[in-house]
Amino acid sequence: MRDERQATLREGIRILVRAMRDEPVILGIAVAGSAVYGFATVAAAEVIGRVTDRVVVPAFRDGETTTGALALAALAIIVTALVKAGGIVVRRYFAGLGQYRLNARYRRQVSRQYLRLPLSWHHQHSTGKLLSNANADVEASFWPIAPLPFALGVVVMLVFALISMFLADPWLALVGALVFPAILLLNFVYQRRLSPLATRAQALRAELSGVAHESFDGAMVVKALGREAAETARFAKVAGQLRDANAAVGRVRGAFDPMLEALPNLGVLAVLIIGSARVADGSLAAGSLVQVAYLLTVTAFPIRAIGFVLGELPRATVGWRRVQAVLDATGALPHGSERLAGGDGDGGPARLGLDDVGYSYVEGTPVLDGVHLDVEPGRTVAVVGSTGSGKSTLASLLVRLVDPGTGAILLDGTDLRRLAPGAVADVVSLVFQQPFIFEDTVRDNVALGLPVPDDDVWAALRLAQGDRFVHELDGGLDARIGERGATLSGGQRQRLALARALVRRPRLLVLDDATSAVDPEVERRILAGLRDAALPSTVVVVAYRRATIALADEVVYVEDGRVSARGTHTELLDRSPGYRDLITAYERDAVERAMAGADKENRP
Amino acid sequence: MSAVAGQGSRLGEVRSGSAWATFRRGLALSPEITQGLTVTLLLALVATAGRVVVPIAVQQTIDDGLNAPGGADLGYVRWMVGLAGVGVLVTVVAAYLMNRRIFKASEAGLATLRTKAFRHVHDLSVLTQDTERRGSLVSRVTSDVDTISQFVQWGGLILLVSVGQLIIATIVMAVYSWQLTLLVWVCFLPLFLALRTFQRMLSSAYMVVRERVGGMLGAISESVVGAQAVRAYAIEGRTQQRIDDAVESHRAAASRAQRLAATAFSTGEVVAGLVNAAIVVVGVLLGVAGDITLGRMVAFLFLVTLFVAPVQVGTEVLSEAQNAIAGWRRVLGILDTPADVADPAEHGVKLPRGPIDVRFECVSYAYPDGPTVLHEVDVAIARHTRVAVVGETGSGKTTFAKLLTRLMDPVRGRVLVDGTDLREVRFASLRERVVMVPQEGFLFDDTLAANLRYGKPEATDEELLLAVTELGLGDWLDSLAYGLETPVGQRGESLSAGERQLVALARAYLADPDLLVLDEATSAVDPATEVRLARALEGISRGRTSVTIAHRLSTAEAADEVFVFDRGRLVESGPHAELVEKGGVYAALHAAWVSQSR
Repeated sequence: MRDERQATLREGIRILVRAMRDEPVILGIAVAGSAVYGFATVAAAEVIGRVTDRVVVPAFRDGETTTGALALAALAIIVTALVKAGGIVVRRYFAGLGQYRLNARYRRQVSRQYLRLPLSWHHQHSTGKLLSNANADVEASFWPIAPLPFALGVVVMLVFALISMFLADPWLALVGALVFPAILLLNFVYQRRLSPLATRAQALRAELSGVAHESFDGAMVVKALGREAAETARFAKVAGQLRDANAAVGRVRGAFDPMLEALPNLGVLAVLIIGSARVADGSLAAGSLVQVAYLLTVTAFPIRAIGFVLGELPRATVGWRRVQAVLDATGALPHGSERLAGGDGDGGPARLGLDDVGYSYVEGTPVLDGVHLDVEPGRTVAVVGSTGSGKSTLASLLVRLVDPGTGAILLDGTDLRRLAPGAVADVVSLVFQQPFIFEDTVRDNVALGLPVPDDDVWAALRLAQGDRFVHELDGGLDARIGERGATLSGGQRQRLALARALVRRPRLLVLDDATSAVDPEVERRILAGLRDAALPSTVVVVAYRRATIALADEVVYVEDGRVSARGTHTELLDRSPGYRDLITAYERDAVERAMAGADKENRP
Repeated sequence: MSAVAGQGSRLGEVRSGSAWATFRRGLALSPEITQGLTVTLLLALVATAGRVVVPIAVQQTIDDGLNAPGGADLGYVRWMVGLAGVGVLVTVVAAYLMNRRIFKASEAGLATLRTKAFRHVHDLSVLTQDTERRGSLVSRVTSDVDTISQFVQWGGLILLVSVGQLIIATIVMAVYSWQLTLLVWVCFLPLFLALRTFQRMLSSAYMVVRERVGGMLGAISESVVGAQAVRAYAIEGRTQQRIDDAVESHRAAASRAQRLAATAFSTGEVVAGLVNAAIVVVGVLLGVAGDITLGRMVAFLFLVTLFVAPVQVGTEVLSEAQNAIAGWRRVLGILDTPADVADPAEHGVKLPRGPIDVRFECVSYAYPDGPTVLHEVDVAIARHTRVAVVGETGSGKTTFAKLLTRLMDPVRGRVLVDGTDLREVRFASLRERVVMVPQEGFLFDDTLAANLRYGKPEATDEELLLAVTELGLGDWLDSLAYGLETPVGQRGESLSAGERQLVALARAYLADPDLLVLDEATSAVDPATEVRLARALEGISRGRTSVTIAHRLSTAEAADEVFVFDRGRLVESGPHAELVEKGGVYAALHAAWVSQSR
C-alpha cells in the first residue's frame, strides 16, 4: 500500500514535470504570478500590522490623527491588494491556459495513435474506453496543472510568512511554525485517505457509463425482448455502488475539511494567548500581534492548494497511465515506400495475387488457411462461402486492414506490405456490408476529402443507384447525415458507401456483401450498371446472390478457410457439391416445397 | 424503412420555467435530498456561526484583555480564548455532521434520479430514441447527474455556508459599529450584484465550451468507430485534420472562459483591499471621536476576510449552479418526454398465451411532421399463418413490422391482437408473446450463452444447445473455438454480421413467443444456412404465427401468405402462387428475384 502510494506520488510528480517541460513559458508565467501573489499576501498582513502600530494605536490612544498618516495607510493597503489581485489574475489565467494547451496537445497525440494503430489493436479496445482515453483521461492527467502554480506560489508565501512572523516575534513565529506543518500534514493524511476512494468512484463512473452506453445502443433488443426492468436493475446496481462510493468520499471530505479550517483558527487563538502576554509585558507591539493573527487567517485557505495538487495526483496518474498505454502502443502495420500506378484508371485494372494466405483470430483455429488465388487484371471474381467461412476476413486482407498471419497479398506482383502509407487505398476500395457513415454532408461522405467535382459525385451515386434518394434529401449533396447515418436506411447507407468507392475509380474494387440491404431489383440495376460502366477495375465480390455471382467471370468457393473450388459458375455447379448446395439452396427449397405441396394435394 | 432525415431531437429540456422551478421539480423527484433537511440546516447554522469566533476573540483580547480598564487582564484572555477554542471544536463537529448528511442525502437522491431517467429512456419509443444521439442519452444519466452531485457537494455547500457566514458576520459587525458595517456593505454590494453579470458572461462562455466538447468527441469518435472506413480509404490525414480543428476550437473556447473566470475571481481581492483601507481611515476617525474601540475596529479587518471568499468563489459557484441546473434540466427533460408508445401497465390487458391473430384496421402512419409513410392498411393475419412481407426499400415494410410489434403507434386506425387494441396490452404480456428480431443483430459484450439467455434468463445450457441445434446451427456452434463461452465482443463485433444475426434469431427463438416478427433477420446469412433456418423455423413455428419481412423472395415462396407493399400501401396479398399468376407488383418483384438468383 505504502509503496503503491509512493509510486503514485512519484509518477504524479513526473506528470507535473512533463507538463512544465511541455509548456515552460506559460506555466512559468503562471508560477511567477503566483509567487507575486504569495509575496503580496504576506506583505498585506505586514502592512496591516504596521498601520496598526503607527497609525491606528496612536490615534486611539491620543484621540487624534493626521490626514497624511491616514492617506499613507490607505494607499499602502490598496497597493498591496492590487498587486495581490494582479498576481491572482496572472496565476489563474495562465494556469488555465497551460492546462488547456496540454489537454489539446495530448488529445491530438492520442487521436493520432488511433489513426495510426492497426485495426487489430482497435478490436482489442472498446469504443467507450478509447473515447474516454482521449477525453476524460487526458483531462484527468492534467487536472492538477490548474492548481499547480497556486501551490508553488503558496510555498513562496509560506517562506515569507515564516520570515515575517519571526521578525515580528519569535514566540509567535513558533505558533506559525507548528500550525503550517500541521496543516500540511493533515492535508497529506487527508489526500491519502481520499485518493483510493476517489479512484474507486471514478472507476464506477466509467462502469456506469459503459452500462448505459451498451444498454442504449441495444435499446431495440431491450424493447423487443421486454428486458427494460432487467436492464434498469443492471444499471441501478452500478448506480448504487457509485452512490456508496461517492458517500464514502463525502465522509472523508466531511471530516477533514472542517479540521483543516479549524487548525489556523486554533493557531490564531494560541497567538492571542501568547501574544497578549508578550504585549502586556511590553516585549511586543500590539500591531505585531494583529499582524501575525491576520497572517494566519489569510494564509489558512491558500495552504490547501498544495493539497489540491496532491489530491488530484492519484486520479491524474490513473488517467495518465491510460493515456500512456495508448501513446506507447506499438504494432502499426509496417509500411514500405513503393507506390503503384495511381487510381483514376491510370494504371488500368490491377492484378491480384494471394500466396498461401492464412489468418487466425484465435490461435489454432485459422479462419483462412493456405489460400492461393490469382486474379487477372480486369476480371471479376466472386468469393462464395457459407456464413463464418472467412470471406469478410479475406476482403479486409485485400485492402490491408489486417496483414495475413502467413503468406502474402500481392498487387501487381508487389506485396502490400512493401507499399507506402496510403498507397493501397489509392488503388483499392473496399465496400463493407455495414458501412460507416460520417456525420457530414452527402458530398463529403462520398468524396471523403477527394477533390472531385459534383458531377463525378453524382455519377458515382447514379451508378450506385443512390442518386434518386439523395435528390429527395433536403439539400441534395449538401444534406447533412446524422450520427452514423442513423437517418438513412440500411440500403441507402450501402448505396452511399458504394458511391464512395466508385468515385475513386479504384483499380481493385472489393465488395463485401455490399448490397445485402438493397432490394433485389435495385441490386440488379446496380450490377448491370457496374458491368456496363466498363470500370477500370478488377473486382472481387463477396456475395450469395446468383445475379451477383453471374456478374463474375470466375467464382472462388471458400470452404473451411480454404479455396475448395474455382472456376466459372457452371463449372462449379457441376464440380463442387458444397457450392451446389449453397447456391441452389433456394431453388431446391422451392422445388421441394412444390413437391411437398403436390403431395398434399394428391393425397385423398 | 424510410428516412427520418431532418428530424431534430424529440427530447425535452424543460427550457421554459425558471431555475427555481427546475430545482423544485428536481427535488420532488429525488425526495431523499430533502429528507431531514431541517436538522442539516440547524447543523449548518452552528457550523457557520463558528466562523466569527476568531474575530470576536481578537476584539475581546484587545478591548477586554489588553486594554481592560484596570490594565491588561491576562486571566480573562486565557479564559475567553479557551471558550473560543471550545467553540471552534463544536464547529468542527457540527460541520462534519452537516457534510455527512448532505453527501448521503444527495447521493441517495441522485442515484434514484438517474435510475428513473435510465428506465425512462428505455420506455421512450424507438422513434424518440433514434432522434437523439446515443451518447447524449448516456450523458443524461451519467455526467449530467454528476454535475448536480458535484454542485450539491461543493458549490452548494459553499453557497450554504457563504450565505450563513455573511449573515452572521454582518450581525457581529452591526453590534460593533453600524457605521463601519454600512461602509463594508456599500463596498461589497455592487460586487455581489456584479456577480450575476459576471456569471452570465461566464456561463455563456462555458456553454460554448460544452458545445465544443461535443464536437470534439464527435470528431474523435470517427477515428475510433470508423476505424475500418478510415483505413480502407486512407483518410487518416483528413480525419486528423477534423480532430485537430475540433480540439483547437475547444481549447480556444476554454481559454476564453478562463480569462473571464480569472478576472472575476480577483475582483474580490481588490474590493477587500479598498474596504480594508476604508475601515482603517473611517475606523480611526470614529475611534478619535470615541465611537469605536480599537479591538472592534481590528475585528472588522478579520470579519471582512469572511466576505472575500464568498465573492471569490461566487462566480464559480454560480456557474456550477448553472451547470447543475442545466444538467438537471436535461435529466428532467428525459423524464418529461412523454413515453409516446406508453405501457398501459396495470391498467392494461394481459393476453393469455397461445397462437395469435392480428388485424390492422385502416392503419396509417406518419413520422412527426413528416409525410405519411403507411396508408390505410386493412389486413388480417389468422392464427398459425406464416406471412411474408415484401416490397422495395421505403415501401413501408419495416413500418408495418414496427406497428405490429408496437414499437410505434399508428397515427390513425388500430392494430388488434386477438381482438385487443395493442395499445391496451400491457408490455409485460406483449413482449412475452410478440418478439421482433431486427435486421442488425445487436449483441451485448458478454459470452454467446449470456446473449442467447437474454430473452430467457432462466434457460439452462442444455436448453441453449437444444435451441441452437433445433435451428440447425449446431455445426456452426461447433466451429467456434470456445462454443457457448465465446465472447462476442462489443456489440457482438467479434462475430461476423451473419453470425450476429444467427445469435439474435436463436435468442428470440429461445424467448418462445407466440408471434415472431423477423425484420430481414437473416439478410447477412448465406443461402444454405438461410434455407436451413427457414425450415427449422417453420417446423418449430407450426402452431405459431409468424411475420417475416422478406429480403429474399424464397421466404415469400414458402409463406402461407404474402403481403406486398408499394410506396406505403398494401397493394397485394395472397399466397405466392396466386400472386405470381396475377401478374402484378409481386410478379414483377419475383421475376427480378428469380432472374437474379437462379
